Amino acid sequence: MSEALTPQIEIRGLSKVYPIPGGEVHALTNINLTIEKGDIYGIIGMSGAGKSTLIRCLNRLDTPTDGQILIDGENILAMDKKQLRQTRRRMAMIFQQFNLLMQKSVARNVRYPLEIAGVPKKQANERVMELLRIVGLEDKANAFPAQLSGGQKQRVAIARALASDPEMLLCDEATSALDPMTTQSILALLQKINSELGITVVLITHEMAVIRQICNKVAILDGGLLVEQGTVDDVFMHTKSAAGRRLFGILPEQQEQLPPQPAIRIVFDGEAAEQPIISKLVKEIGLDVNILSADIRQLNQKAYGQMLIARPDDPFDVQQVMEYLRGLGMTVEEVNMP
Amino acid sequence: MTWEKLLPLLWNSTVETLYMTFWSSLIAYAVGLPLGVLLVITRKDGIMPAPTFNTVLGVVINFLRSIPFIIMLAVLFPVTRAVIGTAIGTKSIVFPLIISAFPYIARMVESSLEEVDHGIIEAAQSMGSTNWQIIYKVLLPEAVPSLVNGAAISITTILGYTAMASAAGGGGLGSLAIVKGLNVRKFDVMYSASLLLVALVQIITVFGTRITRRLDHKRR
Repeated sequence: MSEALTPQIEIRGLSKVYPIPGGEVHALTNINLTIEKGDIYGIIGMSGAGKSTLIRCLNRLDTPTDGQILIDGENILAMDKKQLRQTRRRMAMIFQQFNLLMQKSVARNVRYPLEIAGVPKKQANERVMELLRIVGLEDKANAFPAQLSGGQKQRVAIARALASDPEMLLCDEATSALDPMTTQSILALLQKINSELGITVVLITHEMAVIRQICNKVAILDGGLLVEQGTVDDVFMHTKSAAGRRLFGILPEQQEQLPPQPAIRIVFDGEAAEQPIISKLVKEIGLDVNILSADIRQLNQKAYGQMLIARPDDPFDVQQVMEYLRGLGMTVEEVNMP
Repeated sequence: MTWEKLLPLLWNSTVETLYMTFWSSLIAYAVGLPLGVLLVITRKDGIMPAPTFNTVLGVVINFLRSIPFIIMLAVLFPVTRAVIGTAIGTKSIVFPLIISAFPYIARMVESSLEEVDHGIIEAAQSMGSTNWQIIYKVLLPEAVPSLVNGAAISITTILGYTAMASAAGGGGLGSLAIVKGLNVRKFDVMYSASLLLVALVQIITVFGTRITRRLDHKRR
């Protein structure tokens, strides 16, 4: 695969400060991020971390206080109105609340971007039906948004976003208003759009499951700061930040004031998870193992996951367990769990 | 009064009332609708922020709105004469009616447009719409049911104003009730004209509600 020289989206030194009565809020502080063509880039953080502000700055729905956002090398913040409109057509957006035109039919909604671009009616209508086929809603062309379920509304929004043949798709909490089943189907659709149409997807979410399911890269935002970024595999295997640990469930979301329980975190990669590790550990070391939590799932067609086991009291036993597991090729670390 | 005499009177007055209501509503909308749009889009969080302009426009509209119609009719006398050619009669009433109604309509339109979800506007912006496209393809169409409902209310208000036309020698059902009814103690004329006015308001209200419901695809 040939890499393009200029990244699709490059964020340099981005900051956003909101004035509030009696002071200011630093929503984003010095964010640097590079998104390559073909990425499914997930930006994750707790609510208030600044992720929504960040994605809204990308197409200038929000204006940053400082920094640059280069779209294929061109700074979107320096563009005049006309250039901005042209650029926005290349970077479509979908929203948590869908934001469909409620007084227009599904077909008219999807046709909107074509209408404003001046595409002839006949050609536009053909394209609309094609788009509705992609999202599986060709039978709903004449329905109105109010008659659709949440998942169907998001599909219409996706079809509408695709109408302008964008190179990028920005997803602002696109699955947060949907139930788990529907979330799955929308994520699968986003993945299909990425792989079949080659559209770069940037999505923000507060759910690590979303990141683990479809993203290849992830950035973690905490209090307006970018605390961690990289490939999903990397960040998951070697989580460094406290925010990352919380989001991965290694630390609880709210740090409670309970005495922490010492634990050993075992990270499974694709191959090792097929071995009966715990059973081997018990048999060969002769120690009882107390499993505190386990979470193993499919990620990029490989089994990934983590397990937390209680740390033995004897430091020698700890040493033995850690060495044994490392010998099997596992990533192991000592952590504290409440 | 016999029905043979009363019916033509009522008919002519109804036509006059509808004439005044129709033309003043139409022209007041031609002025008030764009002003309502301006009030919404020039706000601080609107699509074309111009806060100073917005404040000035708001003050002017509030000032005009606070003048009662009967006072407006008197105050505008010389202006009406200059614009229409005469300040007396059914036709001349249309001018002060417009001046009284358009600020009211601007506010009605503003409140209808305010109901449009800001997220929809943002979605349209994210798709690369021009401000003009947002106004005529998103803002106004999304507000249509509410605008129609507002129009029904505005028209009935204007219809109510026309009843004061007799103060400037205008015709219509209001004049009939007062000049040829109350003032000459012909209560049958007064009551039948008044009842017709009430009936007109009812018809407009009922139709307004019905059309609004039919047009609204949001609640289904």
